[in-house]
Order: sequence, then C-alpha cells, then structure tokens
Amino acid sequence: MKYSSQMVAKPYFIFALILLAGEILFGITMSIQYIYGDFLFPMLPFNVLRMVHVNLLIVLLLFGFMGATYYLIPEEAERELWSPLLAKITFWVFVVAGVLTILGYLFVPYAELTKLTMNDLWPTMGREFLEQPTITKLGIVLVVVSYIFNVTMTVIKGRTTTISIILLTGLFGLAFFFLFAFEFSDNMITDKFFWWFVVHLWVEATWELILGALLAFVLVKLTGVDREHIDKWLYLIIAMTLIAGLAGTGHHFFYIGLPGYWLWIGSIASAAEPIPFFLMILFAYNMIKNRRIQDDNKIALTWAKGTAVVGFLGAGVWGFMHTLAPVDYYTHGTQLTAAHAHLSFFGAYVMICFTLISYAMPILRGRPHGNCAKAQKVELTSFWLMVIGMIGLTLALTVAGVMQIEMQRIPDSAHAMAFMDVQAKLSTIYIIRSLFGVMTFVGLLVYFYSFFVKEERVAI
Amino acid sequence: MQSNQVSREPYPPGDFAIWIVIYVELVTFGLLFVGYAFSRKADILTFNNSQLALNKTSGFIDTLILITSSYFIVKAVHAIKSSNLSLQEANHIASKWLLAAIAFGGMFLVNKFLEFSAIFGQGITLSTNKFFMFYLLLTMFHFMHVTLGTVILFNIFKKTKKDGYSKEDHRGLETGAVYWHLVDLLWIVLFPLVYIIR
Repeated sequence: MKYSSQMVAKPYFIFALILLAGEILFGITMSIQYIYGDFLFPMLPFNVLRMVHVNLLIVLLLFGFMGATYYLIPEEAERELWSPLLAKITFWVFVVAGVLTILGYLFVPYAELTKLTMNDLWPTMGREFLEQPTITKLGIVLVVVSYIFNVTMTVIKGRTTTISIILLTGLFGLAFFFLFAFEFSDNMITDKFFWWFVVHLWVEATWELILGALLAFVLVKLTGVDREHIDKWLYLIIAMTLIAGLAGTGHHFFYIGLPGYWLWIGSIASAAEPIPFFLMILFAYNMIKNRRIQDDNKIALTWAKGTAVVGFLGAGVWGFMHTLAPVDYYTHGTQLTAAHAHLSFFGAYVMICFTLISYAMPILRGRPHGNCAKAQKVELTSFWLMVIGMIGLTLALTVAGVMQIEMQRIPDSAHAMAFMDVQAKLSTIYIIRSLFGVMTFVGLLVYFYSFFVKEERVAI
Repeated sequence: MQSNQVSREPYPPGDFAIWIVIYVELVTFGLLFVGYAFSRKADILTFNNSQLALNKTSGFIDTLILITSSYFIVKAVHAIKSSNLSLQEANHIASKWLLAAIAFGGMFLVNKFLEFSAIFGQGITLSTNKFFMFYLLLTMFHFMHVTLGTVILFNIFKKTKKDGYSKEDHRGLETGAVYWHLVDLLWIVLFPLVYIIR
C-alpha cells in the first residue's frame, strides 16, 4: 500500500461483502417462494423480499464502488486522499441509513413506512428500485456528494490520469441521474420515462464508465502495460458505451405509452450496447497477452478476465436476446428479463467489486504480493462456484422465460395460460434455479473462508 | 528482396480503433437503411407523398459540400505525405486544406439547420409518420456525425499549426480523414435513398 489513506477502503469492501451475503440469502428465500408460494408468509412476503433484494444490490454495489475508488484514487493521483475522515464518516452514515431502511422494509408494512417517513410531503416512494423513503434518498445524495467531493479534491490536487477522469465522469453521472429519483409524476407514463433515467442510465451508461476505469486500473497494476495503450482502449470503450447506452434508453420505452419511434431508436441503439462489453474482453485479454510483469496475485487477474467475459455474456448476449422491439413484445417482463438482470449485474458489477477486493484486500492486509498460493487456490474454487452458480441460475431462468413466453405470451388471449398457472408448470426449473443459487452462496462462503487461510511457513 | 525492405503504408490507414468505430457505424446506419426499405415497401404511398416535402436542391448542395470537403482532406493528407516538402511547408499546406474542409463542414451544418427549421416549421415531428420518423432519425444522427467530424478536423488542424504531422508519423491525420470519409459515404447513400428514390 503506497498511501495510508487507502486503508479507508477496507470497511467499504467488508460491508459490501456482508450485504452480498444478505442479497443472496434473500434471493434464495424468494426462489423457494416460487416453488412453495406461502414459504415464510406472512412474516416475509415476496414483495418485501424482492424490494430488499434489489435495494441491497444497489447499496452493496455503491459500497463496492466507493471502496474501490478510495483505494484507487490516491494511487492514481499520487497523493493521500483529500479527507480520510470524511470517507470514514460517510461510511458510517451510509451504513446506518442503509441498515435502518432495510429494517424498515422488513419490519414495517410499506404503507406504514410511507406515513412514518412523511412521504406525502415530498412523494418519491413506491417505485421499483427507488422504494427508499425520501429521507433516505436525501441521505444517499449527501453521502454520494461528499464522496464525489472527496475524490474530486484528491484528483484536483494530484496527478490526473485517464482512469481517474473516466471514473469521475462516471461518478458525476451517477450523482446527476439519481436526481431523477426525486421526479414524481401522477402520469404513469411520464413517471416511468424519468424513472428509467435513473435505472437505465446508471447501469447501462454511468456505471459502465466506473466499471471500465476500475478494470483498467487493475490491469495497469497487474500487467504493467503502458498507460498510453490502455488509455486508447478505455476511450474507445467509453465512447461506445455512452453513444449506445444513452440512446439505448429507448429499449425501455417500448409499449409503455411512449411514441412509436422509440421502437426504432431503442432497438438499433441497444443492439450496439454489447459492443463495448465485447471490446472489454478484447481489452483485458490483449493487456494480459502483452503484460510486462508477472504479478503473484493471479486470482485478481482471474477475476478481471471473469468480469469481462461474464459481463459480456450477461449484459451483452442476454441483453441482446430481448432488446429488439418485435422480440420484446413477447418477452417484456418475463423470466428472461430476470435471467438477463442476474447475469449482467453479477458479471459486470459484482465481479468488478470482487476483482478490486481480490486485488486490494491482500495489500491492505499487509500482503503486497497477494495472498499465499493456498488461499488463492481456495479463492479460485469460490470463483468457479459463484460463476457456475450464476450461469446455471441464468440458464434455468432463461428456460423458464422461454416456456413462459410460449405458454403465456405467444398464444392469443383465448388460448394463453394465466400467469400463476404457468408459474406452477415451471416448478421443476425453479428447483434447479434454487440449487444453483445455493451453489453461488456456497461459493461466497468459500470466498469468505479464503480470507482466513493462513500463510504457510517455510522452514529455513 | 528489395521490395521487402521498402516500408509499406500500414493498411488499413489510420488507427485500428477507428475501424472498429467505422464498422459499428456502418452496421448501425445499415440497419436503419434496411428498416427504411422495409417500412417503405409496406406503405409506398405515404413514403412517396411525404418525400415531396423534402428540399432536394438543399440535399444535393449538401452532397456537393461533403464530397468537396472530402477532397480537401485528401489534399491535406497528400501534402503531409509529399516527399519534396519540408515539415513546416507540409503542415502549413495541410492546415489550409483542413481549414477549407472545416469551413465546408460548417456550411453543411448551417444548411442542414435551415432545412430542419423549415421542416419543423411545417409542424412535422418524429411522430408525423414513418417516413418522417426515418428522415429525421437518419439525418439528425448524420448531423451529429458531421458535428463530431468537424470537431475532430479542428483538433487535427490545431496540430498542423504546431507542425505536428510528418511524412513518417501522420496516423492521427489519417484517422480523422478516414472518419470524415465515413461521414461523407453515409450521406452519399442517405441522400438518394431518402430524398430521391421513389
């Protein structure tokens, strides 16, 4: 570790991993509810669990990104973090706000929660992903603004690199688009329109910039390839991401009451969205092929390659499957969407957090050359358990999605089966999905265990 | 044996990255062109009637402007590659050609802006009908490309002012030139397809 302030990243990483464990456990519980509808009802109904599942995802990724940034920025800027204290305060504020909100979801009926947090004064609640009480949303704004301010000040006072510029662009974008979470319209179409400004422009535009910058940072460190070479790739990926991603918002505007031209804009622009992900694979493998140093932390490189490949599969391939308007007409909101969401969030965003954690945590724990071989072997096992678990889960959901489309969507209304009847027919597939979910969780536990594998002492 | 030692021009010219951009652009516009063709086939009457509202002369002027500006870019690249000019002379000549190309790019943008004003003045929008949806999507998307291309050319122009390109190293110039030719090529397909063919 070059700068002592990088240490602030550690609690962020640890908390992100704890939240991930919660994320998967809630996911598995819901997957069981798909098989036994009344499992844990009325204590934990499906709608509450789902809300916790998607909210935890966002919060854990934000923790991961923040930890990664606090680790990366001092090294890129070649100076200590502007204010490590602010980063520590931000951490605790975010933890308290996050935990309180999740507890609120779990133990207070949602309608009650809206009253308790005085949603009527400034209504923003009740929308998927943005269920947080307005006060929590304001808290998120405060946390994110102080985080970005801290990072910006560090960059301004130190060295500026392409990686830090792209990371900052992504972060400013993240903050800006979150403001649309405060836009609330009585018109459901207008409401959905702006809702996607947060949801889509986070995950398919600004977060991709963050992903690109984080991946590039790890590759620079582990391969020793010239920055000039990496910068060019990064700019290309980012340009493609922004062009395709911004116009690609249109693929969410199909059949929801918005004008028909979105069918064309959305289909064509989003058909280009897999390209930056594919370039990321070329980028990662090209850098590794031309590497100048052989870093001992091999597992971090495995995670980096995994991010590029699984990110492309989940976001690129599974996204493209249903992004064209005529296809989406049948697939909209089926299990195929769920399949895409699971593999893309895992492949692109959870895996980049793992990449950074696997690269930085050993250094933060006083092992500059990475964990010992035995610990890395354990981590490799966890890598495959999680990756195979998530791909298996995705394939199961894909099969479920296709069957759902066949039975519920393609036949005319006289012959189409009802939603619940279709779900009952898919129970075998849902069992398989749950088992792969459990496999992913076991993978995470093995990952946790890898932290406790002791360095083998060599007898002299 | 001799021929092996002669340094060859790298092929394709310009940076490899720009070719990835070009292929993506060609596929994207290609999809829109195919979409246009199929939609037109389904409703020829609307397409033919709506097409009458377009200003063909303006479109033709646009075509001439872009082809001419592409020629200026070719002259700029030739000047830099020319073996009998000094570095300063070559960059000086190239900068003049580039300035002319930028001016023509600007003319295209102004002319298109006037055309869009006239179209919007008639109350036409993306939702008027399928023909106008394609017309506006294609021409506005292309307009954005010309804008970007002009910015790229301007940056190259600035570099020629610092004698930044040499006979041996002019990759940046060729990269920008290739992009500008793409913008030109797209218009050459777009113009007859949307403005002329009936």
